[in-house]
Amino acid sequence: MKHVHTRSLDVPPHTRAAAAPTPLAARVRRLLSFMLAHAVLLAGAVFMLLPFVFMLVSSIKPPAEIFEATFALWPRNFYGLQNFRTALTTAPLLHFLVNGLIVCGGILIVQLLVAIPCAYALAKLQFPGRRLLFALVVLGLCIPVQAPALPLYIAFAQLGVLNTYFSMMAPFFLSVFAIFLFRQFFKSFPDEIIQAARLDGVGELEIVWRIVVPSAWPAIAAFAVFSVVAHWNDLYWPLIVISDTKLATPPLGMMFFADSEVGSNYGALAAGATIITAPLVVAFLLARRRFIAGITMTGIK
Amino acid sequence: MTAANTAAADVHGGVCDVGKTRAQPWLEAVAGIGFSTPALLLLVLTNLAPLAALGFLSFTDYELGSLDFSSVGLKHFSAALGDPVIRRSLGNTFLYVAIVVPGSVLLALLTAILIHGRGRSRGIYEVIYFLPVTSTLIAMATMWQFLLHPSLGPINAVLKSLGFAPVAFLSEPRLVIPTLAAIGIWQLIGFNMVLFLAGLSAIPRELYEAADVDGASHPIDRFLKVTWPLLGPTTLFVTVTTFITAFKVFDTVAVMTRGGPMGASETLLYAVYLEGFQYFHLSYAATLTLIFLAFTLTFSVAQTFFLDRRVHY
Repeated sequence: MKHVHTRSLDVPPHTRAAAAPTPLAARVRRLLSFMLAHAVLLAGAVFMLLPFVFMLVSSIKPPAEIFEATFALWPRNFYGLQNFRTALTTAPLLHFLVNGLIVCGGILIVQLLVAIPCAYALAKLQFPGRRLLFALVVLGLCIPVQAPALPLYIAFAQLGVLNTYFSMMAPFFLSVFAIFLFRQFFKSFPDEIIQAARLDGVGELEIVWRIVVPSAWPAIAAFAVFSVVAHWNDLYWPLIVISDTKLATPPLGMMFFADSEVGSNYGALAAGATIITAPLVVAFLLARRRFIAGITMTGIK
Repeated sequence: MTAANTAAADVHGGVCDVGKTRAQPWLEAVAGIGFSTPALLLLVLTNLAPLAALGFLSFTDYELGSLDFSSVGLKHFSAALGDPVIRRSLGNTFLYVAIVVPGSVLLALLTAILIHGRGRSRGIYEVIYFLPVTSTLIAMATMWQFLLHPSLGPINAVLKSLGFAPVAFLSEPRLVIPTLAAIGIWQLIGFNMVLFLAGLSAIPRELYEAADVDGASHPIDRFLKVTWPLLGPTTLFVTVTTFITAFKVFDTVAVMTRGGPMGASETLLYAVYLEGFQYFHLSYAATLTLIFLAFTLTFSVAQTFFLDRRVHY
């Protein structure tokens, strides 16, 4: 994802002037389009930020002030401490975050351990069944995660592993997308280096993890962002296999929290939503480029 | 693991061997099979076997825990076609898709073009528009629910102060899908915008200069002559991706409306969820999943085709 910033610096000035009748008219036109663009973008920005601003503002307001007819950005009585305390004491919000971390971390580690050797094999090794395997990977790309949910649920119920971390993670241990992405990346790795390593007596497994993987770092980082964001925010599968509040991931925890009696305490609920949303949003603000590249290089959510 | 180790040992042993090139394919085959076996096993267990089971279940009367079950033929399929809930869910899903796809694609295109022309302010706009993509939708949906509250919500307070009657966004059957669609658009604009921005930065500046020389200097001319044709592949990809995401709408329905009022916001995936995991009509839910799969498959095949051509470094 390279951004090509070839501004028109190299174009002779008369080419630009030729398009505009007079410099003044051109300047007025440019000012107008500048203002119009910002007006449209700002209006859109208000729409995008609306729930975030409302969440942050409500989380520090006393209940009486949240739904006042005139919307104020700052409360007359600062009620933030009480709201956050209520949120944290009535629901194990920090526990939900830890659960999210365990589930996302577990999924990502297994995904990488399984997909990387397979992608290397598909990219660089000749073995029987290679074409068939790749065809299956491509087929897997076309299957939405919700499709195998029902048989997997039945299997997990029969095995008695519902309401476990394992049941939340297992369906996602294989990421066909990771295989697809890493295969593409590994294909461009020079064969000469692999051959040279083989001649030096380096084993295939060591070639993968010591030589090829370090060069694929951007792809792995991007996939990690994609995977963590997808599973941190996933509601569908945890909702199916988890009924025990203690195991809830952030979205599921948020749902339990909103359904509980605190759900009518809007200030506390907004504080809870802030706590649930904060980790990923803060990570995004800190590593904006990585995040955007990671989520969009895939095109799939 | 053992296969890989054997392969490594053999490579080591064969360093000085003249016949090394002949030994190589065999070693590669062992390593290749060893490396891809875990992935293949998981692919079968988490994807292929469940899909086969899904096909099998949809022709039976299996219920959770039942030991013996029999074939019912196409009963579930004809039941699904005649089921008013499923028909309504499909209609609602189509309406949702019909609003979200054009809305989020066109607004994202507009935003991307406007942001692309910015200088210093580009970064801050990118962050603002992308924020909903990274935030937990469930938490934000709860906030939208407050904002849209018919009597207490700030949006209705604004409408009232402007002299309009309050609107029951989520409890008026005709408005509930458009309202959920607006939230869907809110969540997708940033994602689509970034894809368009990548497409825009791939368009060479010289083409705009050439269009200028040809007399196409008005922004709309430049858009129609250069931007739109060159963004064609990006637009197609974004549209297909958005279709799939929109068709799978679930989170906002589950949190904000639970299909209500009176089924006005039931969607296909929500119906699958209810039948399968709330009412435990497993074999019927399997049939519904196949119907869901049939709709998404066409688009996901197209998406995979584009993906194959797009992912490169």
